[in-house]
Amino acid sequence: MSAVTAAEWIKARRDPSWIVKLFDWKPFLVIVCLLPAVGLLMTFLTYPLGLGIFLAFTDTTIGRRGVWVGLENFEYLLSDPIWRNAVFYSVFYTGIATIGKFGLGLWLALLLNQHMPFKSIIRAIILLPWIVPTVLSAIAFWWIYDPQFSIISYIFVEVLGWRSTNIDFIGTEWPARFSLIVANIWRGIPFVAISLLAGLQTISPSLYEAALLDGSTSWQRFRFITFPMLLPILAIVMTFSIIFTFTDFQLVYAITRGGPVNSTHLLATLAFQRGIAGGELGEGAAIAVSMIPFLVAATLFSYFALARRKWQQGESND
Amino acid sequence: MATVGIRDVRKRFGNFEVLHGVSVDIADGDFVVLVGPSGCGKSTLLRMLAGLENISAGEISIGGRVVNTVPPKDRDIAMVFQNYALYPHMTVFDNMAFSMKLAGAPRNVMEQEVGRAAKILGLETLLERFPRQLSGGQRQRVAMGRAIVRNPQVFLFDEPLSNLDAKLRVQMRSEIKELHQRLKVTTVYVTHDQIEAMTMADQIVVMNHGIIEQAGPPLALYDKPANIFVAGFIGSPAMNLVDGVVKGGVFRTPDGTPWPLPPGTNAAPGPVTYGIRPEHLRLDPEGMPALVQLVEPTGSETQVLFRLGETQFSGAFRERVTARPGDMLRVGPDPALVHLFDKATGQRI
Ligand SMILES: Nc1ncnc2c1ncn2[C@@H]1O[C@H](COP(=O)(O)OP(=O)(O)O)[C@@H](O)[C@H]1O
Ligand SMILES: [Mg+2]
Repeated sequence: MSAVTAAEWIKARRDPSWIVKLFDWKPFLVIVCLLPAVGLLMTFLTYPLGLGIFLAFTDTTIGRRGVWVGLENFEYLLSDPIWRNAVFYSVFYTGIATIGKFGLGLWLALLLNQHMPFKSIIRAIILLPWIVPTVLSAIAFWWIYDPQFSIISYIFVEVLGWRSTNIDFIGTEWPARFSLIVANIWRGIPFVAISLLAGLQTISPSLYEAALLDGSTSWQRFRFITFPMLLPILAIVMTFSIIFTFTDFQLVYAITRGGPVNSTHLLATLAFQRGIAGGELGEGAAIAVSMIPFLVAATLFSYFALARRKWQQGESND
Repeated sequence: MATVGIRDVRKRFGNFEVLHGVSVDIADGDFVVLVGPSGCGKSTLLRMLAGLENISAGEISIGGRVVNTVPPKDRDIAMVFQNYALYPHMTVFDNMAFSMKLAGAPRNVMEQEVGRAAKILGLETLLERFPRQLSGGQRQRVAMGRAIVRNPQVFLFDEPLSNLDAKLRVQMRSEIKELHQRLKVTTVYVTHDQIEAMTMADQIVVMNHGIIEQAGPPLALYDKPANIFVAGFIGSPAMNLVDGVVKGGVFRTPDGTPWPLPPGTNAAPGPVTYGIRPEHLRLDPEGMPALVQLVEPTGSETQVLFRLGETQFSGAFRERVTARPGDMLRVGPDPALVHLFDKATGQRI
């Protein structure tokens, strides 16, 4: 065996092949790694969104390729009382439901953060409304709100005897609006409660102990420790919740279909009604596009409310 | 400032008793260190003093008043937590002023009091910072500042230095001690580090498995450990403990090597544990020939690991030891500084 010194052996090593070099070349790697994500986003996000926006400026109907009509669809919508009513109800629905979800959700989260028996079972039960498919819960509410077979009416009329007639939940404007909001709150609470509970659990118990020694009452501990420390996650959850609520479709469509007399149309249900059921694709798209400013506003809210607070920043951002 | 009395205190978590009847009397203005291995119940005892854990049995009094059912905020104590428990969303100023803010103190009082504490701790320039923007030592000081502002009767510290690096730990150790000398507030300090205990305490309470092994001034514990546990726990490097029997006026290890007994001992013949601190071994031409296994010079002294028959022990010598592993050295214990313990009970003879 001939002796090989270290220097000779190193020299003998071959240059890496072109394929190894290619994979070591950063621009190539960047493109290869980004391609799948960009491809998926383009196909499933950018294309439908772009198509929707494009359709909003045409008078396309089902079965007929439309022509470019500029802002005509939007001009028409602005003068359309049904659209204006849908805008009003979308904002109203989102506002009231958000207040309800966060009030009750925060209360539940605080409750679940306490030590109590059967904690994990209770947590699982709380998640139920969220796990059940929306359409199923919508059908359940449909029955609950049924003019003849409503269980609530049954309890009030037959069991308690407080009323002599059934309650009219979804037959008239305002009761219908509030009934839908109640259903949405019921469905939205788990998301809020569980998210906030996760936030609560990141707060170190020793902070509460320190505050206890500092002489705080339980309200002061909530006001000065829990709430400010929960605020970042609260803002995120609220943004998501607002977006989901504003674009809600299933609950309303399954329970009232926008009725009575279009009083409970959200923008999403109206867009579907006009675009798909009515065949006016261009107009439906325009209604859908008209949601964008509201969603951008909600996102901006999150951007500014979430902008990392000073106390969360490290030394470098001082 | 106040005395603290802990009388036969027990603590159970469910059916699991972690403190089995603990009694300590703390004089006004004393710096008392609770020391013991991890899990022995030090923090539990401290939290019971603070009112963060309820008392399963026994009695705790602060300033002569039994506080078993007094809520934490009315006990007039302040606590420094191991993780500091600073409010991350408040500035240093707000952290320190929080207790006054809760009590509805006017702004100028808060500024005055926080200013006083900040001056003591050298925090004046950091008052507008958030905890995240502070180093470990600075956070530690803010936690102490928050305690000082309260003007409490008793300070409680739970391993406040264990998150700091070694150098800072030594520095903060003397700062805390200095602070105590200045404020003279009764202090209960928990640590698992016996060096911290030795250097800081007026009184040390050594705990193990939920009982008190021995309480007393640091040097008393060093000179006369009451049992094998304290003998092994207090002092660094640790005491050599060798099992054997007393027979015919000498101590013999199982392999028969004789070791001298302390003069005037009343040890009865029978099995004992023989204790000698490494620093109480001497290089002695008359001593026992022992095999050198390891030599560790630290500059100020030299630590040597010996083997003698079956027995391994270490010595620490002021003089330079030139021996190398494998050499034989003659060493002998200073008989007056030998400790004997009953092998069965572990108690000092
Ligand atoms: N809330 C608790 N529930 C059950 N056991 C506990 C609880 N807190 C502490 N213990 C147990 O009590 C013992 C003493 O704990 P601790 O006082 O924290 O020890 P240390 O001396 O290290 O501070 C440990 O065995 C620990 O597991
Ligand atoms: Mg502890």
